[in-house]
Amino acid sequence: MISLAGRDILHSWGKFVFTGVGLGLLIGATLTMAGVYRGMVDDARVLLDNSGADIWVVQKDTLGPYAEPSSLRDDAYRALLGMPGVARAANVTYLNMQVQRGGGNGGDVRVMVVGFEPGEPGEPPYLVAGRQITRSHYEAVADVRTGFALGERIRIRRHDYTVVGLTRRMVSSGGDPMVFIPLKDAQEAQFLKDNDAIVNERARTAANPALNRPGVPGLLEAIQASQTISRSVNAVLVQVRQGQDAEAVAEPIRRWKHLQAYTRAQMEEILVAKLIATSAKQISMFLVILAVVSAAIVAFIIYTMTLGKIREIAVLKLIGTRSRTIAGMILQQALGLGAIGFVVGKISSALWAPFFPKYVLLEPGDALRSFVAVMIICAIASTLAIRAALRVDPATAIGG
Amino acid sequence: MDGFGIRIEGLRKRYGEGDTAVDALKEVNMTVAPGEVVGLIGPSGSGKTTLLKCLGAVIEPTAGRMTLGDEVIYDGGWKISDLKALRRDRIGFVFQAPYLIPFLDVTDNIALLPMLAGRPNGAARARAQELLEALDVGHRARAEPSQLSGGEQQRVAIARALANQPPVILADEPTAPLDSERALAVIRILNRMARQYDTAVIVVTHDEKIIPTFKRIYHIRDGTTHEEAGEGREV
Repeated sequence: MISLAGRDILHSWGKFVFTGVGLGLLIGATLTMAGVYRGMVDDARVLLDNSGADIWVVQKDTLGPYAEPSSLRDDAYRALLGMPGVARAANVTYLNMQVQRGGGNGGDVRVMVVGFEPGEPGEPPYLVAGRQITRSHYEAVADVRTGFALGERIRIRRHDYTVVGLTRRMVSSGGDPMVFIPLKDAQEAQFLKDNDAIVNERARTAANPALNRPGVPGLLEAIQASQTISRSVNAVLVQVRQGQDAEAVAEPIRRWKHLQAYTRAQMEEILVAKLIATSAKQISMFLVILAVVSAAIVAFIIYTMTLGKIREIAVLKLIGTRSRTIAGMILQQALGLGAIGFVVGKISSALWAPFFPKYVLLEPGDALRSFVAVMIICAIASTLAIRAALRVDPATAIGG
Repeated sequence: MDGFGIRIEGLRKRYGEGDTAVDALKEVNMTVAPGEVVGLIGPSGSGKTTLLKCLGAVIEPTAGRMTLGDEVIYDGGWKISDLKALRRDRIGFVFQAPYLIPFLDVTDNIALLPMLAGRPNGAARARAQELLEALDVGHRARAEPSQLSGGEQQRVAIARALANQPPVILADEPTAPLDSERALAVIRILNRMARQYDTAVIVVTHDEKIIPTFKRIYHIRDGTTHEEAGEGREV
């Protein structure tokens, strides 16, 4: 039996291909939206994986350090090291800011500055170029998405840092690439006031007779120094001993240290279910709208194409073509259009995904689900045209 | 006349009911023998198209009897359950315009019918080629309908009507868009094909050019047929 749908497609392939390309670009946008969501989830997981932590210890009653501000004394980690099951613990700070390139003479880049202690949890786990930080100050390791080059000078607050290493897939939950600097530098950058504020603060302290007592040498200087030195960090990353259950280690921390301790699963829940929940809903809405628009387009195109063949359909029905053959022809055309659209969409999304500022993860499973969805949408969209075709009176082929 | 291709007795068709009822066909009687071509002529609104639709099993008559070959297909009601199969296998249609399927080539336009009837593709295409050769358009077998002249398209339409070797062909003003020469050529072909394939052909027309070619003519006026002898001029 001849494939009526196939012959019609071949006969008017230009119209079909161009319509399919248009539909494909729409499907490509849909796939990309799904990829953006997947990328956000994957970024969150990679962030947790690369932090090297089993437990995140943060300020009590906060969802920190990624979802809410969190502030801990920077000696809290010592107490944690004494807890049962804890193998390693290290301070980290996180600070979103604009970093200036070229020592302040270039443009600026939005990044998350991470303060960490070299060799401890929180250090970037692998580099794609350069080396890890070896000096105590003013060296940085940057994610490749910052666009920084090895040896480039960047300015964070009032100090210049040299990029000595490049890493990848280290981005914040907001998508900002990370720049790793020594913890002390990060603490200073995070809590550093501007010079005028410091001068003003010192003057106010010196003018306070309670803090500037005569006959107590060094008191004023000690107080002033404490005002400019930060003793806070955002979180302590904890690694548990081999074979230890993270939850079993976290529970005593919560109970006895009056801190919040999240295991890997809990932190993933915070990042994926809470932090990007709104974005996920936003993207879901877009996906629904794009699916409806795609369905409307396919329905309109197939319906219009069917109306253009009313006379031929009447003749086909008059000469005894069964309704299922005609319905099959229209359905196959809709599915063919969907298949062309899916191929174009898959290729286009793969082509433009790398140019997105945030990571776009196109998963084969999503592609398969999208293909099935496209086919179902096309099948549903074709029902309007099938209905119109089946209502064609074969008598219209006979004049009169 | 030996036997008949189609016989119609007392056929009636009424549209609507009660006061608004219209009798489109009041008393139609026709007999067309295998291999015979008859003309069905009448003014507009006389019931030609309604009769054609009844004969083509597209609409159901109100009363009467129709026999195709030796099988009664209508006798106060359809005697055949699968009217699509009836139209596909036992009635050929030729329309005013050829109405070929534009996305099928000439061969497949013809082969489609045998294929729909379940014949293998090879046999269906062989049948199509045989008909195209018989109608002198064998060289256009792979062409698309849009590449054919009007006369060629109408010949392909006739070939399509003959594809399943139906006992009857209904031709609805098949020469209307053609000039005299081509119109007479179509009638010549219909006569030849009717004889060659033992098919009864009813040609609905008011084309003055071709009316003299019929040996028998059925006039239809106010839904009633009247038979008369035609000139039977050779074409």
